[in-house]
Amino acid sequence: MGAVTKGKITDIHELQKVAKKVRLHILHMLTKANSGHTGGSLSAADVAVAIYFSKMNFDPKDPFYKKRDRFILSKGHAAPLLYAIMAEAGYFPLEVLDHLRKIESPLQGHPCCTSLPGIEVSTGSLGQGLSVANGMALGLKLDNNPARVYCIMGDGETQEGQIWEAAMTAAHYKIDNLCAVVDNNGLQIDGPVQKVMGIAPLHDKWAAFGWHVIDVDGHNMEQILNALDKAENTKGKPTVIIAKTTKGRGVSFFEGKVEYHGVAPSQEEYEKAVKEIHNG
Amino acid sequence: MGEKTQNSELKTQNSEKKPKATRDAYGDTLMELGQKRSDIVVLDADLSCSTKTNKFAKAFPERFFNMGIAEQDMIGTAAGLALTGKVPFASTFAVFETGRAWDQIRLTVCYSNTNVKLIATHGGITVGEDGASHQALEDIALMRALPNMTVIVPADAAETASVINTVADYRGPVYVRLGRARVPYVLPDDYNFEIGRAFTFNIGKDVNIIAAGIMVATAKKAAAILAKDGIDAGVINMSTIKPLDEETLLRAARSSKLIITAEEHSIIGGLGSAVSEFLSENHPVPVKRIGINDTFGCSGDSEELLKFHGLSAEDMMKTIKEALK
Ligand SMILES: Cc1ncc(C[n+]2csc(CCOP(=O)(O)OP(=O)(O)O)c2C)c(N)n1
Ligand SMILES: [Mg+2]
Repeated sequence: MGAVTKGKITDIHELQKVAKKVRLHILHMLTKANSGHTGGSLSAADVAVAIYFSKMNFDPKDPFYKKRDRFILSKGHAAPLLYAIMAEAGYFPLEVLDHLRKIESPLQGHPCCTSLPGIEVSTGSLGQGLSVANGMALGLKLDNNPARVYCIMGDGETQEGQIWEAAMTAAHYKIDNLCAVVDNNGLQIDGPVQKVMGIAPLHDKWAAFGWHVIDVDGHNMEQILNALDKAENTKGKPTVIIAKTTKGRGVSFFEGKVEYHGVAPSQEEYEKAVKEIHNG
Repeated sequence: MGEKTQNSELKTQNSEKKPKATRDAYGDTLMELGQKRSDIVVLDADLSCSTKTNKFAKAFPERFFNMGIAEQDMIGTAAGLALTGKVPFASTFAVFETGRAWDQIRLTVCYSNTNVKLIATHGGITVGEDGASHQALEDIALMRALPNMTVIVPADAAETASVINTVADYRGPVYVRLGRARVPYVLPDDYNFEIGRAFTFNIGKDVNIIAAGIMVATAKKAAAILAKDGIDAGVINMSTIKPLDEETLLRAARSSKLIITAEEHSIIGGLGSAVSEFLSENHPVPVKRIGINDTFGCSGDSEELLKFHGLSAEDMMKTIKEALK
């Protein structure tokens, strides 16, 4: 049981097309729910699509397939992004996206692993995903399981102390079957990250903690794919991809706007946004 | 401008005021306190727009510390500020305030008995759409178990203002749990909060409902429906959950054969547990706890969620009738 995903997508244009669809799903589900996190779902879309569709082995018909690669959305508020990808990948019908944040829906406001198979662990309280990713990666190694673990964090999220505890762990145990991503969109809730609580220099911090650090433009598919390849080929240390992104990416009037962190598009904004994504 | 709104608010009867979220009352009161007292300092963990400490932040930027998404560091820093004579108010969502930073609260706030005010918003399931990860249903249990801690859950915006002013003057650790959603005004105009003193709306002969937070309004509704069926139900606002108003509890337990507790919190460890613990040792009577029945919450509209978890006035009325059989 458990066939590996049929045909990974390596063509950049194909991946961009998927990312477009994913962005449309995100906007649709948020507007329908009239609630949820717009900015951070859109900023991480390209990286997440690249990870899922070009790299990961998984079987939507068998979510617990043993050799599946694992994905943890540590910045759990970007749940719409994960749901959109899972729907696109065939975990559940697209119609389910209409039930985001509704009572008794598998699509909880933040990812819930007991409600939706395919979610590896529940997230939503920031700063905890990387530790779980470490644990999974260590467990897989113990079993000689070749699967890899991916974990996406927010840049604001890296203010949590636990992230740096986990950063030490990953380097200490040479967890090289792990690839972490920081969605470096420069914004959190109360304002720009550097104004609220500075985290710079991010690259140097991770490097000092013993990580292989790769900087990319998080909306450039080619750069993302190269970085994911490099991560896979790096042995003896964990890799972190610091993805420079724009919060709200793809919709001009959401881009770089701190107000759209936790606000869903209005119907009018939705219609304009869809047009922009189609033309973009 | 501030004064004018205050005056016009004073003239309006509570019963005529539009529902207001307790977190909004907190933001307003904190601002006023900041004007009156220079020893008040405020900390937040990247949620100041939601906890409403942003008003204080704007008015007194030099006394506001945004700690970023780092709740544990926020609590430790608050303790340090308290140790230099400041009166720190540290705010974030109730789950993160009490859960993420519990050991920090235990050691540097409670064990060290520092003068830190933990004012958390987004308590309970009325957080709504964000779902279980953001709904604090265990925070009262977590805070109540700590020595030196005072635990307060205001029922409406007016009581919140009174609570915030009171705890600013009180010396010692305090946890105040506030909500996200707008709530109706339930307390009378001349009410003033006092730590450890419950407000009795009426004492019932058949049943007394000991409620806290948003469940006070629900209890009043349920009591009114029950009265039509000839059941005499009393309602008590037990806004201080620790220390409990034992005298009022005893009075309620002596006058009715049934005590109901009602809270937007797990039935484990919160108001229901506190009341049961006290009554079983001092005046055993049947107690029925209304709350979240040892489950996590879920996403949804807050009114829908209250019904889903059996916390509506109709549910309360049914529970009481069943228990009286
Ligand atoms: C422990 C914890 N504290 C606070 C929050 C509330 N919160 C949700 S999102 C967010 C800001 C996240 O910023 P960032 O990590 O930069 O995410 P992004 O910009 O990608 O949305 C905060 C503070 C939370 N979910 N968890
Ligand atoms: Mg960010």
